Amino acid sequence: MSQEIRNYTMNFGPQHPAAHGVLRLVLELDGEVIQKADPHIGLLHRATEKLAESKPFNQSIGYMDRLDYVSMMCNEHAYVLAIERLLGIRPPQRAQYIRVMFDEITRILNHLMWLGAHGIDIGAMTVFLLCFKQREELMDVYEAVSGTRMHATYYRPGGVYRDLPDSMPRYQASKWRTQKDADRMNAGRDGTMLDFIQSFTDRFPAAIDDYETLLTDNRIWKQRTVNIGVVGPERAMQLGFSGPMLRGSGIAWDLRKKQPYEVYDRMDFDVPVGKTGDCYDRYLVRVAEMRQSNRIIRQCVDWLRANPGPVMIDDRKVRPPSREHMKEDMESLIHHFKFFTEGYEVPAGETYAAVEAPKGEFGIYLVSDGANKPYRLKCRAPGFPHLAALEEMSRGHMLADVVAIIGTQDIVFGEIDR
Amino acid sequence: MSEQTEALAKKIDAQLAGSAQRAPALEGELAYTCEPAALLAVCRTLRDAAELKFEMLMDLAGVDHLVYGRDEWQTQSATRSGFSRGRVVRTDPPDVNAPGRFAVVYNLLSITHNQRVRLTVRCPDTAEPVVDSVAGVWASANWFEREAFDLFGILFRGHPDLRRLLTDYGFIGHPFRKDFPLIGNVEVQYDADKQRVVYQPVTIVPRVLVPKVIRHDSRYEPALRDPQAPR
Repeated sequence: MSQEIRNYTMNFGPQHPAAHGVLRLVLELDGEVIQKADPHIGLLHRATEKLAESKPFNQSIGYMDRLDYVSMMCNEHAYVLAIERLLGIRPPQRAQYIRVMFDEITRILNHLMWLGAHGIDIGAMTVFLLCFKQREELMDVYEAVSGTRMHATYYRPGGVYRDLPDSMPRYQASKWRTQKDADRMNAGRDGTMLDFIQSFTDRFPAAIDDYETLLTDNRIWKQRTVNIGVVGPERAMQLGFSGPMLRGSGIAWDLRKKQPYEVYDRMDFDVPVGKTGDCYDRYLVRVAEMRQSNRIIRQCVDWLRANPGPVMIDDRKVRPPSREHMKEDMESLIHHFKFFTEGYEVPAGETYAAVEAPKGEFGIYLVSDGANKPYRLKCRAPGFPHLAALEEMSRGHMLADVVAIIGTQDIVFGEIDR
Repeated sequence: MSEQTEALAKKIDAQLAGSAQRAPALEGELAYTCEPAALLAVCRTLRDAAELKFEMLMDLAGVDHLVYGRDEWQTQSATRSGFSRGRVVRTDPPDVNAPGRFAVVYNLLSITHNQRVRLTVRCPDTAEPVVDSVAGVWASANWFEREAFDLFGILFRGHPDLRRLLTDYGFIGHPFRKDFPLIGNVEVQYDADKQRVVYQPVTIVPRVLVPKVIRHDSRYEPALRDPQAPR
């Protein structure tokens, strides 16, 4: 008697906690082994690029935050860099240091989110809670500098919106929070924002040690990640990998070192590189990157303390008039109104500006036809080619490993669907 | 930086020998255009030649040049010295079948030599824009080309699996074309009677708050950009 055995198809997502958003994955399984994986994306498609084409340049900065919504300022950075290249302007030095500092804060934010989510995906609950404790402090820094915890819209062509604040917001005791709790939460918040960031950088390496104690030599963690989703260096380049996915495969490529933008060429940091290109190596790379980011933030804090100065270029074409002038002077009022409604014209041309975002190379291909709106904007999202390689990475693995592979790719649908 | 790009341009010119032409680019960037027929050969050379080694396709973007340099409104000076206020809506529609309307832009990266180059190909036939697929040259092109097909309707000859990627199942049209309305054509709504989600024509109206191009704006006249003026 013969029995017919055939593969069966399984639908994973779009609402699945391990799908990191809205990923619909059509899996073809032989038993529990993946034969085919076909990601269906676009459930979060908002046509950001087309929306940007209908708005003056500055009004799209906020959209950039919403692309990769766990590394907000890095996305803004690429967009702002592209505009600056077309305009032919450079922000003042202090703005460049502020940008570098916030890029690295963003990298830590992203990697903490990734580590927590990746951990919880494959069974390590505690890491998630620990990561969010540190993440909260950096969110407060975002809030202090831009007014919002996530979608900052802080970078502007020609600099940053405003200088760093002199104080950190403090928690207050309430019906739900005792004075003792509030005092504990207010630790390090007595001085300026730079003082707070410095105290964070003092405490953060110990926090990374905590995560590593829980994971790096953990038997279960290693069983779930070692030799899972292996990609060789040649193949990683073919597939268009970037960031930790490329470095995990053993290629020492980091835009911050190789094609430095802003003041990264003055920073002292190392580029961690993996060996085998599996999920475990990519984990090690990202954890090491957090330590390096901490170093860079520290260097920026020291410089910013010693060097006050303007944070916005002094070009009336791209900066709004000061509130003081606006209130007194008719021409400034008109200029203010025109600046925020019609914006400024960007010379015709095209450029590709890329930054080393936490997930990899985030690039903006910008075409201007001389108007006050972009003619074409294309966001090169690092997660897009990573997810495209999901089938290749997961074929032959078990069903549970798909979750580990999605986790290691650091998928965020805001940037993939755009 | 520009010395490096010049040196790279010399190498590319030597390797490609006329099949790709240098295009204007910003300082520090290098751009080339090539004929669709030569695309695959050019891409292979760029990837394989020892002194070029563009082993990564970082980005592939479709571009629709339908309204390049055109504006939705024409502004006229209302007064001789003030801001331009008068506006006239443009009536003559652009030619949707103009040849060379669609272009595909490849942004390449060489990790070996730490260099970038941008390659642009114009599709000759606008009614059925076709270019060769480079998915066989760079594996990352697979999804990038699917995206360009989905959003612009550019066909990639020889692509292994040219399906829609980002839009809804059963979507009609190519939304990033300049003649596709920003608000779309259909919207979905839950129908309580049918107890399912139904499609219906969009119920919002498109609004242009700021004209596409503002030209002849007296703010940008050099004589008025006086550094002493109050900001």
